[in-house]
Amino acid sequence: MAENEVIETEEQQEFDPTMCDEICAKYQDWPGATIPVLQETQDAYGYLFPELVERIADDMNMSPHQIYGVITFYAQFYTKPRGKYIIRVCRGTACHVQGSGRISEIVKEEFGIGDGETTADVKFTLEEVSCIGACGMSPVIMINNSTYGNLKPEDARKIFKDYASLPDEG
Amino acid sequence: MNDYIVDHVEVHVCMGTAGVASGAKEVMIALDEEFEKHGLKNAESKERNCEAKQTGCRGLCARDVLIDVYIPGAEKSITYEHVTAEMVPTIVEEHIVGGNVVEKWAAKKDYFQFYDKQKRYVLADCGRVDPEDLADYVKHGGYEAIKKALTMTPEEVIDEVKASGLRGRGGGGFPTGLKWTFCRGAKTDDHKYLICNADEGDPGAFMDRSIIEGNPHAVIEGMLIAGYAIGCDEGYIYCRAEYPLAIERVIMAIKDAEEAGYLGKGVFGTDYNFKLKLKAGAGAFVCGEETALIASIEGERGMPRPRPPFPAIKGLWDKPSNVNNVETFANLPNIILKGSDWYANIGTEKSKGTKIFALSGKIKSSGLVEVPMGITVRELLFDVGGGIPKKRKFKAVQLGGPSGGCLTPDHLETPIDYDSLIAAGAMMGSGGVVVMDETNCMVNVAQFFLTFTQRESCGKCIPCRIGTKTMLDILDRITTGKGREGDIELLQKVGEDIKTSSLCGLGQTAPNPVLTTIKYFRHEYEAHIHDKKCPARECAELIDFVVVNERCKKCGLCKKACPVDAITWEKKEFAVIDNEKCVKCRECIVNCPFNAID
Repeated sequence: MAENEVIETEEQQEFDPTMCDEICAKYQDWPGATIPVLQETQDAYGYLFPELVERIADDMNMSPHQIYGVITFYAQFYTKPRGKYIIRVCRGTACHVQGSGRISEIVKEEFGIGDGETTADVKFTLEEVSCIGACGMSPVIMINNSTYGNLKPEDARKIFKDYASLPDEG
Repeated sequence: MNDYIVDHVEVHVCMGTAGVASGAKEVMIALDEEFEKHGLKNAESKERNCEAKQTGCRGLCARDVLIDVYIPGAEKSITYEHVTAEMVPTIVEEHIVGGNVVEKWAAKKDYFQFYDKQKRYVLADCGRVDPEDLADYVKHGGYEAIKKALTMTPEEVIDEVKASGLRGRGGGGFPTGLKWTFCRGAKTDDHKYLICNADEGDPGAFMDRSIIEGNPHAVIEGMLIAGYAIGCDEGYIYCRAEYPLAIERVIMAIKDAEEAGYLGKGVFGTDYNFKLKLKAGAGAFVCGEETALIASIEGERGMPRPRPPFPAIKGLWDKPSNVNNVETFANLPNIILKGSDWYANIGTEKSKGTKIFALSGKIKSSGLVEVPMGITVRELLFDVGGGIPKKRKFKAVQLGGPSGGCLTPDHLETPIDYDSLIAAGAMMGSGGVVVMDETNCMVNVAQFFLTFTQRESCGKCIPCRIGTKTMLDILDRITTGKGREGDIELLQKVGEDIKTSSLCGLGQTAPNPVLTTIKYFRHEYEAHIHDKKCPARECAELIDFVVVNERCKKCGLCKKACPVDAITWEKKEFAVIDNEKCVKCRECIVNCPFNAID
């Protein structure tokens, strides 16, 4: 808990709204731009923390509660910091019948995180997703933008270990 | 596959999501390097000019990386399967330079069996055309259909589509031409909108992704045709955010088409204007419902609203709007070019044309197939899909995703068309086909689908929000051995209530997987409730994890599979499971070829 608080205060001190303002300015004349604005600001800042959301609301001439309404509705907006590596375990039908539940369990065994949780060192986040759409090679996981298919549980464990041993720079 | 004529050597590499994940990029690089090495990149010379070309998914994802080698004058193209970068030097040296096919890696009869009963019209260019190259699409007849459509009146285009019998491929099966007339007839003082629904959220469905990744210009061309017929001047492609490659290719295709003058003001020099934009979703299944999708494009929470008014009257920004699915649009160029008579000849009386299905689960050739409407379930699963792996028994097939239903071995002769499937208790849906064998528990499958719909319920209407949660609670207790007398009847009662009283398609169909599994596999529910047993041995809480010596063949595979060393086994001895150490992960059950663990 304490660690999380530290991260948030640091973020507050460092928050530079320039990128946010630029993104919002770009979408000023777009009708219904809330979702692309949130997607781009989230990409730029990593996640949507309260000061950022208020800034977006100011820039877009909306109220923060409208923005939060949108953020909380969609699965791909995040209000907490996320790991450097996002492990997406596909829980679609095809993956389910091929045993993807076990792969989520292995993530838990390796990193101690459940669906939507992030490790304390902000290295890994687990996301169980509905369907990646690569059912032909189920069970499938994605780590950031790399896809791994036809996984046996122990193959998955090895991949996780490989990522865990990557150096921490950058 | 042999009607593709080349004037120089082309090697087509599958670069769909599955191809890339299997190492297609490395294969492309290796091909380029080898061509360079052998001096085969000379554009001036016919014989010395080889091209490694990226193409979209050709369907058989289970055998990626797939490459096709086209040599001018050769009788037919040669396909290699499971290609890795290490195999490329041999293929280039022996086959392309030496003229001898590397037989040991070439696809055999079983590969072509996958295509025998298919009719690939919509997917014809997936696997042949470079999806990132507009000129390549044009070279293969692209944008000819819109040119032809522009010589017709909009009414003639609509009549042609009506006559073809095309029905919406997103699931509902509403006649496309008829849908267009509503929006065409609607009054507006400025804009009408055309929306392409690429929010393919059904777990187990990936045809829209493959079409967009494999041939994005076909979708754009289809939208141009529809926009002209209806009178729309602006369009949106709403693609789910989980498909990064599809989004990237659509954005590129839109940009290229704009620069070529195919999109924007004055399409092909006529006075028809059509502007197209991509909107990426943000992760909400319910946005596949058209009114929710419209709310999402408007930047709101993607929640459905009651219809009427239908989007044709009051849609995006309250203007008349028409929403069609990716596959529907991708069918249009063929209908316009080859004519409605040609199209109406394919399929059954009430379901015309072909349908793309995504085969997955317990099936040998998982992948993307396009078959004529009316093919039977047996033909689809066994002739095209190659049947069930590991010599296991076919148990059920789930059609139509979380809105659809399960069919059993008794339904193998059912023809696949919109109406026969509804009559059998399933539905076409968007085309996901998930196959299950005897080791899949049907109660668990029902619970799985309901977990999904419950999580994706937007919460706006009470029957869906609370009803699905109630059903899920009941299923949770059944699969953990706490099922009660009367639970089955309760599920049926609540399920029927949700179906009749929910606001949108998500809720109205959410109970289907539960209701059909109860209908066809009631005995499994009863075994869970009365005997506290899971006959398929999938529900971990209901398994004892003991080796049954009568069935154990002393092979030791279970010991190898166990991640926690809970199994002791010696050669010629029965395996024994230590229940103290066992974590109930089911790896032993999955790996035992003799079903010897209960």
